[in-house]
Amino acid sequence: MNDSILTFENIDKSFFGVPVLKDISFQLPRGQVLGLVGENGAGKSTLMNLVGGVVPLDSGRMLLDGNPYTPRGPSDASAAGVAFIHQELNLFTNLSIAENIFINGFPRFHWLPMLNRTAMRTQTRQFLDAVDLPVSPDTLVEKLSPGERQLAEIAKALSFNARLIIFDEPTTSLTARETERLFALIERLRSDGASIVYISHILTDVMRLADEIVVLRDGEVVGHGRKEEFSVGRMISLMVGRDIQQLYPPRTAQATDRPALEVRGVSQPGIVDKIDFTLYKGETLGVFGLMGSGRTELARILFGMDGCEEGEIAIDGVVQSKLSPRHCIDTGLAFVTENRREEGLLMDISISNNIGLVALPHYASSTFTPLHEQRLNGQIDEVVGSLKIKVSDVRRQAVKTLSGGNQQKAVIGKWLLRNPQVLIVDEPTRGVDVGAKYEIYTILAQLAAEGTGVLFISSELDELMGVCDRILVMGNGEVQAIFSRSEFDKERILRAAFREQVTS
Amino acid sequence: MNTNRRTLQLVLQNTPYILFVVVFLIFGLLSPRFFTVQAAETILKQASYIGIVAVGMTFVILTGGIDLSVGSNMYVSAAVAGLLMQNLKAPVWLGLLVCLGVGVIFGLVNAFLITKLKIVPFIATLGTMVAGKGVGLLFSQSIQIPFPDSVLQLGSTRLFGIVPLPIVIFGLVVLAAHLVLTMTPIGRRIYAVGNDADAAQKAGLQVDRVLATVYIASGLLAALGGFVSVAQQGVVHPGFGEGYEFNAIAAVVLGGTSLFGGLGTVFPGTVLGAVLIQMIQTGLIFTKVDIYMQPLITAAIILFAILLDAFRNTQLQKLRRRNIRTDKDIAAGAVSSA
Repeated sequence: MNDSILTFENIDKSFFGVPVLKDISFQLPRGQVLGLVGENGAGKSTLMNLVGGVVPLDSGRMLLDGNPYTPRGPSDASAAGVAFIHQELNLFTNLSIAENIFINGFPRFHWLPMLNRTAMRTQTRQFLDAVDLPVSPDTLVEKLSPGERQLAEIAKALSFNARLIIFDEPTTSLTARETERLFALIERLRSDGASIVYISHILTDVMRLADEIVVLRDGEVVGHGRKEEFSVGRMISLMVGRDIQQLYPPRTAQATDRPALEVRGVSQPGIVDKIDFTLYKGETLGVFGLMGSGRTELARILFGMDGCEEGEIAIDGVVQSKLSPRHCIDTGLAFVTENRREEGLLMDISISNNIGLVALPHYASSTFTPLHEQRLNGQIDEVVGSLKIKVSDVRRQAVKTLSGGNQQKAVIGKWLLRNPQVLIVDEPTRGVDVGAKYEIYTILAQLAAEGTGVLFISSELDELMGVCDRILVMGNGEVQAIFSRSEFDKERILRAAFREQVTS
Repeated sequence: MNTNRRTLQLVLQNTPYILFVVVFLIFGLLSPRFFTVQAAETILKQASYIGIVAVGMTFVILTGGIDLSVGSNMYVSAAVAGLLMQNLKAPVWLGLLVCLGVGVIFGLVNAFLITKLKIVPFIATLGTMVAGKGVGLLFSQSIQIPFPDSVLQLGSTRLFGIVPLPIVIFGLVVLAAHLVLTMTPIGRRIYAVGNDADAAQKAGLQVDRVLATVYIASGLLAALGGFVSVAQQGVVHPGFGEGYEFNAIAAVVLGGTSLFGGLGTVFPGTVLGAVLIQMIQTGLIFTKVDIYMQPLITAAIILFAILLDAFRNTQLQKLRRRNIRTDKDIAAGAVSSA
């Protein structure tokens, strides 16, 4: 019996004339977990999109169970038993779980063109049991947390007896507990005989789950073997093609004693309570907290997106009487949101237009006069170059065609045109590979060196300890503690973040 | 504090009903005649044809699209049917069938422009609206086309001698549409496409087929609505149908259906919206408001309702935001700061 479920033979694929996959050949082991790693833009998602029938291949062929496999669309893939759990989940939030699961083939009520709700419920309940999600099949998806939505999507894969399940960055929006649950489920799916492809930037997770590992770099397979042959260090050096000595850039910025952002007694009932802190020019202040600690909500208040009932916010020494995003942008505040797809970028328009968006008013003498196009485009090109955004046509290529890391750089680039006084970044390295992470840290460090105050929100403590001058710990909507660099200690910081849960 | 929030949420969630009751009460107080069965029947009867058109429009708007061609569609399909019945003495059933056929052709053309040529619905249906009107005027030579008396009699028939036929037809259309939307695969897929067309494509749905269905349904129901309307009025005058797309869209939106798609109902939503608009128009006549003021007041009330709807959505979103701090924390904080 053949021991590979899917075979790639000399696969080529290019977008806009740029080759993304070059002569890829390898085999996916049957009934095992294959970890697929590589930098952003290395071609992981593209390769899996070929398998999922999302895009067609240029040349080469795929064999599924030894037979030629040419999916012409996602429905062909699911008919062949291939499920693709996308990074951005593909569920309809306005429909129930059961309706989502059967959207492609509803069970009919006898000969009538009506849904058989009873059958849908019973079957859905089985699938939900299998993924250990104890909610009613009639629950609307919008009521589910990101982790629960993921389980619902896996339940959908089970519904068409998927034999090959592809996970693309499944843990980016999950809490630690939800991640554990997902891993247990993946183990269970494997022992039930499913083959799994696991794509992730969190290399320790890959080491933990995978039986085999494939490393891609610039569209080529640069490493393939049993997990035992790999270590996190080896994966990284294969991915970037050189040894990475340091995960974090050297800290060149010097925090000053001139405040960039002062927050005094900011409260909003039910959200945050009496937040006090000062961010100095040239300082990188980390904000750490568990999911639901109020870090993102605080950032939204500071940026004027949500109101606050009490408290005072001063930017560059000037107390802000009225907070709105427009006003905050004008006073030199910039906000790189957590959710780049929904809040940070206009996915269908070009990279150039996205980057130019915030700074537009500064490139025309009034709202109705023509833009100084040349000056703007020159600046945009400079930003794209300095951020090393991988793109073939800045003016015409839509942002959605970029890889995750490059999208993130575009979001940051959008704000760079304004030389912000205060830059708030929320989870800037989520779903971004090691190389791009390093580049993002470097960009932030440069900004700090130029005198910008950086408020760095993250749930990865290691990166905060690597790049910040001080770390503010939030929990339960309150400031639990602030640590200066000399006091950095993983255990103490975590203890502060968990304090609520430990004592009560 | 918490109960306040809950009341506010309850009020906001039921705005269409509350608006309905408020408008009803105001007109009733201004003109006691408004509270009679007779008035209710008049309103329902006149709401029926715009209601039928609005049901088709609901299908389209649920996918995030729009159909501006319904007014022209009503004119052309009724004019063709009228010519057929009047000049060629075709029987009523054939007239109705041809009328519906013309409506379906409208839908097919829209569907073709939108799914095959990938023209955005707004422009595609704006085009068929203007072109359709042109074709209609060519047929009719812009003269009035009367419907035969037999159709007029049909328009004033009552089922079991009680319920006027237009209301019965409206009821049947609503029932069928409600069943399709809530109980059938295509219904659920309409909601799915409206929620996220990209995701629908990735999930393997035939998005184009779903879109074609809603535009054909809208074309068919616009033609039916036109026929029912002319069966009450007797003639197709050259201005017939003009501006009806606004009323139909307003009825859908007043009924709480989101213009972004994926959210809304035919029953009670669109039914409520259609009756509400008609209630305003009839109410203005009952209260003897200056006839030239009436369109202005109607438009003002509709705009106000839509404004209220927008406000409602932002408020609901805020209320639904998850709370990080529990009420216990807040209480504890209040005690400690006191």
